[in-house]
Amino acid sequence: MDRLLNVMTLLSIGLFVLVLASVRRAHIRVEYSVSWLGAAIVLLVLSRSRSLLEWVATLLGVRSAPLALIMLALCVFLVVFYRFSVIISSLKDANIALTQRVAILEFHLQAMHERR
Amino acid sequence: MIDPQQADGVFVLIPALNEEASVGEVIRGVRAVLPQAAIVVADDSSTDATRSVALAAGAEVLSLPFHLGLGGCVQAGYRLAFELGFEYVIRVDGDGQHDPRDVPRILDALRTTGCQMAIGSRFCEDNGNGHTSAPRAIGIVIFRLLLRPILGRSVHDPTSGFVGVNREALEVFSRSFPLEYPEIEALVVLQRRRFQFVEVPCRMRPRLTGRSTITAPKSLYYIIHVLLGVFVNILKFERRRWFRPKKASAQAQAVVRDESRKASEEQAGVRAKGN
Repeated sequence: MDRLLNVMTLLSIGLFVLVLASVRRAHIRVEYSVSWLGAAIVLLVLSRSRSLLEWVATLLGVRSAPLALIMLALCVFLVVFYRFSVIISSLKDANIALTQRVAILEFHLQAMHERR
Repeated sequence: MIDPQQADGVFVLIPALNEEASVGEVIRGVRAVLPQAAIVVADDSSTDATRSVALAAGAEVLSLPFHLGLGGCVQAGYRLAFELGFEYVIRVDGDGQHDPRDVPRILDALRTTGCQMAIGSRFCEDNGNGHTSAPRAIGIVIFRLLLRPILGRSVHDPTSGFVGVNREALEVFSRSFPLEYPEIEALVVLQRRRFQFVEVPCRMRPRLTGRSTITAPKSLYYIIHVLLGVFVNILKFERRRWFRPKKASAQAQAVVRDESRKASEEQAGVRAKGN
C-alpha cells in the first residue's frame, strides 16, 4: 500500500509540475490549468494523508484504501474530462458561428467589389 | 449582389463539397426552371474546382473558410438568405441527386399551402425510385416508425435533403440548426414550434459523380446520433414548455416576431439606400 501511495504522490507532483511548466510556456491557458492543478492537489493530499484516505474509503464503503484512491483518481479525472468536453463543445459552436460569419462577410465584400 | 426583389424572394441553396463534376449541371438545371431565383452554392471548403465551376455556371458562391459539415454549411446559407431578406429557400444537393425540375413544385407547395417546410419525397407516391442504398433504406424505415408518434403524422422520406422553407422556418434555422445529419432533427424542431410541413413527390436520381458519405459502417452511428438528437430536442422543447409560463412564452414569441420584422425592414431600407 505504501508503495502505491508513494507512486501516486510522485505522479501527482509530476502532474502539478508539468501543468505549471505548460502554463509558464503558454501551452495551456491559466483558466484551463485550474482543473488539472486541482486534480493534482487532491491526489497529493489523499496519497499523503492515510487517515483522510481511510476515512474516504469508509465513506465510500470500500475496504481497501488504495482501491478508494484509484476510484477517486478516476472520478477526479472524469470531472476534468467532462469540464473539457463542455469547453470544447462551446469552442466548436463559437468556431462554427465565426466561420459562417466570415463566409457571409466575405460574400458581401465580394459583392461590393463587383459593384465597383 | 443578389437582390430578393429581383429574385422574386426565392433563394436556391446548393451545399457542395468537392462536387466539381456535378455542381455546374445542377446550377444550369435550376436556372432553366427558375431563371429569376438567386442561386448560391455554399462551398464547404472544397479542395477541388467546385467554386470556379459554380461561378462559371452563373451561381454566387458562399465560401466557408473551414469545413463545417453539412449542417453548418446549410445553416450558413440559411443565415445569408435570412439576412438578405429572402422569403423562400430551396435546398438542392450539389451531387445531382435532386432533379432541378422538381424545384418549382416545392416552391409552389410552400406558396400555396402556407406550410413552413416542403419536403421533396421519393416515397410519397409511386415515384418509381430505386436509388436508395440498403443501409439508408433501413434507416428510413426506422425513422418513419420513430417519427410518426413524435410528429403526429407519417413522413415518407424523413432523410430527404431536398427541402424548401419559408421565412418563418428560415428564421428558426438561421439561429439554430442541427450540425450533423440535420434533416430529421430539423423536422422535430419544426414540429415542436407547431410549424407544418408538406411532402411533395419528387424524383431522385443516382449521384452524377462520387459516392455517398453514408456507408454501411456509418449507418449505425447515423441512427444513434439522430436518435439522440431527436431525444435531446424533445427534452429541450418540453422543458421550455414546462418551465415557462404560457403568457411569457407568447410574449417572447411576439418579441421574436417583432425583431424579425424590424430586421427585415432594416434590410429593405439598406437595399433601398444601396439602389
